[in-house]
Amino acid sequence: MSLHINNISKSFKDLKAVKHISLEVKENELFGLIGPDGAGKTTLFRILASLLLPDEGSANVAGFDVIKDYKKLRKNIGYMPGKFSLYQDLTVEENLNFFATIFDTNIEENYDLIKDIYIQIEPFKKRKAGDLSGGMKQKLALSCALIHKPKVLFLDEPTTGVDPVSRKEFWDMLKKLQKKDITIFVSTPYMDEAALCDRIAFINQGEILQVDTPSAIVKNFAKEVINIRTNSIYKSLQVLGKYQYTHSNYPFGESLHYMDSRDDFDPNEIKKHLEDEGIEDVEVQLITPEIEDIFMELSRE
Amino acid sequence: MKIVFIIIRKEFKQIFRNKAMIPIIFVLPLLQLVILSNAATYEVKDIQVAYIDHDNSISSRLLIEHIKGSSYFLAPIHFETSRQAEEVILKDKVDMVLEIPGDFEKNIINSQHPQIALRINAIDGATAGVQNVYIQQIVMHFNKNIQLKNKTLNTFNQSFSKTESIASFWYNRNLNYKTLMVPGILVLIITMLTIFLSSMNIVREKEIGTLEQINVTPIKKWQFIVGKLFPFWVIGLLLLSVGLLISKLIFNIPMLGSIFLIYGYTSLYLLVILGMGLFISNFTDTQQQAMFIAWFFVVIFILMSGLFTPVESMPTWAKIFTEFNPVAYFVEMMRMVMLKGSNFQDASRLIIKTFIYAVIMNSLAVWSYRKKI
Repeated sequence: MSLHINNISKSFKDLKAVKHISLEVKENELFGLIGPDGAGKTTLFRILASLLLPDEGSANVAGFDVIKDYKKLRKNIGYMPGKFSLYQDLTVEENLNFFATIFDTNIEENYDLIKDIYIQIEPFKKRKAGDLSGGMKQKLALSCALIHKPKVLFLDEPTTGVDPVSRKEFWDMLKKLQKKDITIFVSTPYMDEAALCDRIAFINQGEILQVDTPSAIVKNFAKEVINIRTNSIYKSLQVLGKYQYTHSNYPFGESLHYMDSRDDFDPNEIKKHLEDEGIEDVEVQLITPEIEDIFMELSRE
Repeated sequence: MKIVFIIIRKEFKQIFRNKAMIPIIFVLPLLQLVILSNAATYEVKDIQVAYIDHDNSISSRLLIEHIKGSSYFLAPIHFETSRQAEEVILKDKVDMVLEIPGDFEKNIINSQHPQIALRINAIDGATAGVQNVYIQQIVMHFNKNIQLKNKTLNTFNQSFSKTESIASFWYNRNLNYKTLMVPGILVLIITMLTIFLSSMNIVREKEIGTLEQINVTPIKKWQFIVGKLFPFWVIGLLLLSVGLLISKLIFNIPMLGSIFLIYGYTSLYLLVILGMGLFISNFTDTQQQAMFIAWFFVVIFILMSGLFTPVESMPTWAKIFTEFNPVAYFVEMMRMVMLKGSNFQDASRLIIKTFIYAVIMNSLAVWSYRKKI
């Protein structure tokens, strides 16, 4: 096991940020922590990176206890906080050199590890980090987090605020890194990124809701999801909100998703009900649930 | 050591890459030194006297002539009644009113005690005190002259034997205020700059989030602290050098003692201030908080350091406080070494106190600096 979290809790005054979390992450796994803002993702990351002491519980990262062995632990992890936190007034090269030296190594030694990433920002190596674009900043931050060849890489919302093209590029880079013997623990609020992970854990209000591979999570989901398109999503939401068999319904892109409270039902019944209520152009379709549907369902409970 | 070195190099790069920093560090403080040293003086000049002469005699006119002759006084203005004179003192047009009674000369000749009335505007007590001393000196001088004259006029008159004190001002012969102020103001500038820079520096890393990134590295507490504070120690000494050069070239302040003693002491003193800065930054989250807290301490330390008001005239509790005021040590040290030529032994009491202070301050700072937040 690369990461072993046992019953971790942390409170800030009255707010219970993390509640009794236990998790295990395997060697060389790309593990995703999926949850909305304020779910406790960053708190958990900071505990695992030895920046924050848990109120209770223990955690073990790459064989080191996060409380007792934090000194050794820090040599073996790479941490990229959600907020860009390199020196904006130092150049790309200076930042990388600085972090390499602090970890008692140099750029040449682990260059092969960061090569694919660094090569994209190398043309700008004399530029100050503060003058880089968002995507390039993120690549620099990743390079700095990797420069000492960590065993475990913690990425706290690395793709928040990054454009879709750069996001895709970033995930491709993570896939490559995974093959180089690095366990990656990544958090994201974007449900669509969950499918790219080996395994995911849903987190909401400080609690882990479910842990599994993305495909197993979808496969094991018991409810049927119906995609509904109408001429007025807003009115349809109101109508279905009062419908006696509605389990849940919520807007999803340009349509809305609906789950029924019965185990067995005919989607056309819902179509008919909507039309009876004066809504036109109703199209209903049974679909494979998406990660987001499952998260919505789990966080209802 | 390599890690400390790279942090120092990073700090210097950041300081000098910040375009506003160089003027803030070197130009502004030295401008302060030049401006404050010229402005902060206790010398009272151009005193305006209003007088009412009820006697209109040779003696009374002679007294007025004496005042007119002093370089500290402007030509006195004459008024007929004391009410008129009081009106102008109310309007702040004159600093004091001198009233000479009608029997002034008569009393002098009869060897009685002649009296004059003096009213001084004491809104500013310190200035009024100085003005009083000046006018007393003039009156004394007048007394001496008039006695000599009387002797020739009236040989029967007994001559008084009077004790006269002649003061000689050691270490500052001409009572030049600049000689007193410049070393003190230099202390003020070095203290302010180093405490502000050091207290805001680590907080800045907290504020922009880089401290978090540093904290997950295996860097050791002492390496980080030494690396962060060393540049400001160097800047403090650099500032001292430029300041001493200015005091010599522009103000011609004497340098009687050993310059090495000054540098040695300043190196020690800077450790106290940097420790204090670090201590402040450990208890604050933003640069704004750090600045106001540093400001709070600096103002108290400076105003109670004996730089502007003598420690001797403070109430007892304040005197006890100055025993714990590092700025007071430094001001005393600078004046002692520069003006009096004190050596290591003379200053050993201050050096030991500062050393203890540095040890305590830095232990507190390192202790309170928690790498695990």
